Amino acid sequence: MLEVQDLHKRFGGFAAVSGVSFKLEKGTIMAIIGPNGAGKSTLFNLITGHVEPTAGRVLLAGREITGAPPHEICRLGVGRSFQRTNIFPNLTVFECVQAAVLAHHGKGRNFWLRADQLYREQTEALLASLGLADKANSLAGELSHGNQKQIELGIALASDPDILLLDEPTAGMSSGETHETIALIARIAAERGLTLLFTEHDMEVVFSIAAHIAVLHQGRLIAEGTPDEMRRDPEVRRVYLGERS
Amino acid sequence: MSRRPVPWVLVLFLVLLCIPWLGSRLYTFIATDIAILALFALSLNLLLGYTGLVSFGHAAYFGIGAYTTAILMKTYGVPFVVAFPAAGIVAAGFALVFGFFCVRLTKIYFAMLTLAFAQIVWAICFKWNDVTGGEQGMPNVPYPDLGWMSAIPGLGSLRSGDHFYLLVLALVAVAIAALRRIVASPYGRMLSVIRENPERAEFIGINVRLYQLSAFVVAGFFAGLAGGLFGIFNRGVFPDFAYWTKSAEVLIMTILGGMGHFWGPAVGAMVLTLLNQQITSYTEYWPLILGIILIVLLFGFRGGIVGAVVALNRRLRGR
Amino acid sequence: MPEPSFLFGQFLGGLTAAMFLFTIGAGLSLIFGVLRVLNFAHGSFYMFGAYIAWQVMTWLGPGTEYFWLAALGAATGVAVLGVVIERLLLRHLYGREELYQLLFTYALVLILADSVKIIWGTGQLSASRPPSMTGAVQIFGTTVPYYNLFIMLLGPAIALGLWLLMHRTRLGRMIRAAVMDREMLEALGANVGVLYTVMFAVGAFLAGLGGALVTPVKSIVPGMDVEVIVEVFIIVVIGGLGSLWGTFLGAVVFGQVLAFGILIMPRFSIFAVFALMAIILIVRPWGLLGKPLSR
Repeated sequence: MLEVQDLHKRFGGFAAVSGVSFKLEKGTIMAIIGPNGAGKSTLFNLITGHVEPTAGRVLLAGREITGAPPHEICRLGVGRSFQRTNIFPNLTVFECVQAAVLAHHGKGRNFWLRADQLYREQTEALLASLGLADKANSLAGELSHGNQKQIELGIALASDPDILLLDEPTAGMSSGETHETIALIARIAAERGLTLLFTEHDMEVVFSIAAHIAVLHQGRLIAEGTPDEMRRDPEVRRVYLGERS
Repeated sequence: MSRRPVPWVLVLFLVLLCIPWLGSRLYTFIATDIAILALFALSLNLLLGYTGLVSFGHAAYFGIGAYTTAILMKTYGVPFVVAFPAAGIVAAGFALVFGFFCVRLTKIYFAMLTLAFAQIVWAICFKWNDVTGGEQGMPNVPYPDLGWMSAIPGLGSLRSGDHFYLLVLALVAVAIAALRRIVASPYGRMLSVIRENPERAEFIGINVRLYQLSAFVVAGFFAGLAGGLFGIFNRGVFPDFAYWTKSAEVLIMTILGGMGHFWGPAVGAMVLTLLNQQITSYTEYWPLILGIILIVLLFGFRGGIVGAVVALNRRLRGR
Repeated sequence: MPEPSFLFGQFLGGLTAAMFLFTIGAGLSLIFGVLRVLNFAHGSFYMFGAYIAWQVMTWLGPGTEYFWLAALGAATGVAVLGVVIERLLLRHLYGREELYQLLFTYALVLILADSVKIIWGTGQLSASRPPSMTGAVQIFGTTVPYYNLFIMLLGPAIALGLWLLMHRTRLGRMIRAAVMDREMLEALGANVGVLYTVMFAVGAFLAGLGGALVTPVKSIVPGMDVEVIVEVFIIVVIGGLGSLWGTFLGAVVFGQVLAFGILIMPRFSIFAVFALMAIILIVRPWGLLGKPLSR
């Protein structure tokens, strides 16, 4: 589904990502973990076209997408959420999600129909599945942090992606919210047969839903495998799990 | 059965239609002025309020439209039916070229480049004597032939200024209706998404720069139409139409009325024109008053007049 | 082919104009560099400088030392005006969108322009050169008034002075840090608020000084504010907003393009500088010697 080949990114003299390669099979859930500054967000930005790689290739379903602009990558079926909440604060929740639905259906160029009449049911169904139905008419920017994260997920899902990249989907949430959100993501991924790639700092979350884990350290991929393998890997214990104990 | 809401816009339009029958040359004059400037300000708000682009050179397209119509009608004797749409098309063409470069820049640099292009337009109008009349501008732009209006029962007794007003009102109403439709369309929604958060907008699959450029062109088109009408109304076109202070003026109208609401800029155009009319009869220091109004606005009422009314209304209903 | 002495005269004329513009533009550029505010009212500060200088000269009477006193007094007066505006109003708009800052400075343009009309009327005023500088000198067959020579030397002197201020003083280090990264500066605990006020005052001072010094060669009229702000805007954009040497370069380029452009295509020399500015904004929006903004 998604393949990254020997990806490099240098910012000036600093190597943010160096020589990262991995493959993500369709329908799997993979987590990328690593300490702060390991290059997780940069890796995401490289995949989604927000940052152009210094070297290496990104393949989506066998097709090269390296260096393509973000809007094209999105249209190829990649959805993404951002680490810092990134929504449309002065629009209503309904409008936020519906905008993404409209864009996905290529309606953005239509300047004559009435936007608020289009794709209502689809948008409402998506909001309901996220538990946002009762907040549809609230301004997105006025809701709680947890709700905003849900909206962001909704915007990402609205373009009906085949693969979803979530950058710290539970950042800043209470442990209760974290559990709810993770259960929600797991459910939606299963329902839609999504391929999921996410970064997360909460190890409990990672080990509970990821089938596959990759460990990033100082821009390099130092280990990759099933959760059990990662628990046993001495290198991973040293650089990552070791830091936490 | 649900009650149909009162079609306020239609009511307003009908009221405005009656102005010539008040019999005052001044009223018709002011109403024409306001109608044209309202269109100009609304066109700017497509960029400012809907797409989040701060253009400090919107007068360029107003000026280009004005000169296009004036040159076509005066120099070449082209009828209004052709010269009027040409104003919008030529202005849109310039907006396409200038906008192509402008949308590559962000924030303050975008504002500066729009300003720079507008100054170039002004410099050309100011210096190219053979075509634009240079510093002296082009006086005596002919009125369109509105003789056919006198043939309509009930309009025969009106003056030609009244006929022109009715024409302006009809054309502006159509243009505003089109703008209204555009901002409520899926395309308009994409523009507001870009205003809110360009980075995120890119990742719902829209080409942000392309949309910004298209908005720039559409705004230029409507500004051009407004300019085309204004040149005739003013009985002449002058380089000042494209000067940076004119760009500032339309920005002030827009935020005075409130850029967060569709009708805000039109209200701003109306209030500013009426105030100007009133205050200049007492004092020559209109700019001073305008400056003070602007400062009060910037510090106290950032939603503009319409924003304040909406907030007040919400508060009253909340109780 | 025109005479070499004539061309040299054009060159010096362009240079004199450039140094006037540099004096004013350096202030605009510094204010933008530190406060990130494009100050349309900078032309109004210049105009106020000219009127105040004229006023002081009228009170004091002719005399070289009075001329300098008037110039200094005018520049200081404008600096004080700048401080008042920054402290009372402008500072509440930092961190808001550019639009509000731009319109605020435009409101100042309107208010200050009418204030000048109210205080000094709409007539044309003029001042004479300081008595010790009324003569002229012959250089390569061209007559150069002492006063123009002085202006040509003053520009580089101001540039050097500002450079020393920026690179040899603690204040200068803070200013440069603020230009590079204002959050960093705040984190270090420096009092950014005071720094902004000082910068605004220095910028206003330079505009006022430019206005005062221009009085012997230009007439003092309402409208000189809007005229000069357009020219100064061009030079700082060409050179790079926030860059001292960029402003200097921009001024020199502007002066020469106008001086020689008028020989080649009399009508379109102003168009040429606007086109130059647009090309630079397209290719290098941060100007010839400026640096891209880090936000």
